[in-house]
Amino acid sequence: MSATAATPPTMEDERPTPIVSIVIPDSALPDSPPPADDSTLPDVGRRPYVLWVEDLSVSFDGFKALNGVTLELETGELRCLIGPNGAGKTTLMDVITGKTRPDTGGVFLDRRENDLTKLSECRIAELGVGRKFQRPTVFQGHTVYENCELALRGRKGVWSTLFRRRTPAERDRIQDILKIIGLSEHAARPAGLLAHGQKQWLEIGMLLAQDPKVLLVDEPVAGMTHAEMERTAELLRSLAGKHTIVVVEHDMEFVRSIARRVTVLHEGRVLADGPMAEVQADPRVVEVYLGE
Amino acid sequence: MLTRLREMHSPLAWGLIAGAALLIAALPAIGLPEYLVPQFGKFLCFGIAALAMDLVWGYAGILSLGHGLFFALGGYSMGMYLMRSIAGEGVYRSALPDFMVFLDWKTLPWYWSGFQSFGFAAVMSLVVPGVLAFVFGWFAFRSRIRGVYFSIVTQALTYAATLLFFQNATGFGGNNGLTDFKRILGAPLHDPTTRRTLYLVSAIALLGTYFVCRFVVTSRLGRVLTAVRDAELKTRFCGYESTHYKVFVWTLSAMLCGLAGALYVPQVGIINPSEMQPSNSIEMAIWVAVGGRGTLLGAVLGAWLVVGGKSWLTAAIPSAWLYALGALFVIVTLFLPRGLVGLGAKLRPAVDMVIARLRRPAKAT
Repeated sequence: MSATAATPPTMEDERPTPIVSIVIPDSALPDSPPPADDSTLPDVGRRPYVLWVEDLSVSFDGFKALNGVTLELETGELRCLIGPNGAGKTTLMDVITGKTRPDTGGVFLDRRENDLTKLSECRIAELGVGRKFQRPTVFQGHTVYENCELALRGRKGVWSTLFRRRTPAERDRIQDILKIIGLSEHAARPAGLLAHGQKQWLEIGMLLAQDPKVLLVDEPVAGMTHAEMERTAELLRSLAGKHTIVVVEHDMEFVRSIARRVTVLHEGRVLADGPMAEVQADPRVVEVYLGE
Repeated sequence: MLTRLREMHSPLAWGLIAGAALLIAALPAIGLPEYLVPQFGKFLCFGIAALAMDLVWGYAGILSLGHGLFFALGGYSMGMYLMRSIAGEGVYRSALPDFMVFLDWKTLPWYWSGFQSFGFAAVMSLVVPGVLAFVFGWFAFRSRIRGVYFSIVTQALTYAATLLFFQNATGFGGNNGLTDFKRILGAPLHDPTTRRTLYLVSAIALLGTYFVCRFVVTSRLGRVLTAVRDAELKTRFCGYESTHYKVFVWTLSAMLCGLAGALYVPQVGIINPSEMQPSNSIEMAIWVAVGGRGTLLGAVLGAWLVVGGKSWLTAAIPSAWLYALGALFVIVTLFLPRGLVGLGAKLRPAVDMVIARLRRPAKAT
């Protein structure tokens, strides 16, 4: 910024712009006040937000699925998103991943220039947002191995997939992932033949293969046994830090076991936001959700 | 390269395919009657079209009911060359094709220029269907038109083209189409050697097309295509621009169909708008359904069975053909969702058991 452009902003629009601008040397400008701790405005320089959602609204035929949602995710955090049915959790995921376009508001990844609401699903995936669906969605006709292969991070254009072969590094990566999700013995099985829990695991594995910055995980433990649930919790906890993870889940016990910070959505708005214990104690939350 | 070939097929399968290809290529030399050579050449062209159809339908899940259009466009490109190569030998001894003289046209329309060259016509037989498919596919897939809606639009497209080509003013000979061809590259079309050469070229083209299709479906791109077929949204969330993939395979398929049409026309000696009729495109879908979707070889087999059955039945009981075709489609859809190849796979355990039983007493004695 040049020193000549230091016209102070005016509050009243009617006042004419001064013709003679006052030149103030940069050094004479007071430091801008540090943002208050509870400020909701993202300040990338100070707090490393990886993804933030600003004033997001979506309506379907007049029904406000999201109504001015603002939310920030810090790099490497594990966030749980809870709320009763119809609170707008899945819609929020849809908007972040580009499946649904919002009426107003924006979703930003890393920088203000990356407004995800203006990009296609695959471009968003390429930038580093991965998603696991509510119902496990794997490529039924492909083997477990091929499912992971397809999800691998890398060039995904028509020509490169037509001529490129698996590299040794890719093979190793796939084997590693299969080991992490415990499906090594099933590598050659068609994914459609896997048990429900295994499909959930495979989908998480595919997310890992994509190596995204932000993982959106919709109901990861639906239909899982208790032991499987514990392994999932363990896995998600181990992934936090390296990735930023958002988990949407109904199972409160599971949420309690993994959550550091919880955001409660209700009727398309953020109702409460904070550590699990604090949120649980919030009377409004108790009323709409936990008290049920 | 060798490992890539091995990914495409096991050495045994490659051997079988090479054997079958040699047998097909040698048929005219080992006793296929002369009059049947163009007939069998036609079958080979249908085989190419069936592969093209299976590529989009079987692997990418895009059911086209308009592939007859691409086939016919390839055919018309070749027909235009054949037409121009007999300039001055028509009934009216004019440089223009007879039907243009009949319409009292004095000069060739601009879109007929260049077709005096065989090379140009051959390239156009791929480019014209390719460009049409690319433009059509781009808009259709970008607008996320899929499933039965897409099929209906393709059907409408080929029907519209049929009506257009029926018009005399379009400049492709109206409902008579292009015919009375005499020679290709200087060789007389009725000469047995020319016919055998065309047959051989068709056989090579079929093998080449099979190779291309097999290469595509065994590549990572092929796996992406099947993934798009099974869960398109998921592939988009994995970072694949599914529209590009669909446009690619759709365009490639249309071009292969154009190739089939270009080889077909010199062997049958005529191309007219009836080749574009919706029923022709539907028949192509039936070939693939009968043979087995997503199997390539099954599609070729299906095409030969259906076309063979048609040749036989239309001679024996002409009115029964359409009923038989409809019944076949219903039976296959209801009882053989994976076509004849699927039936083969289903019967395999039973066959193995029978073989094992036959062997056991032999061993005992």
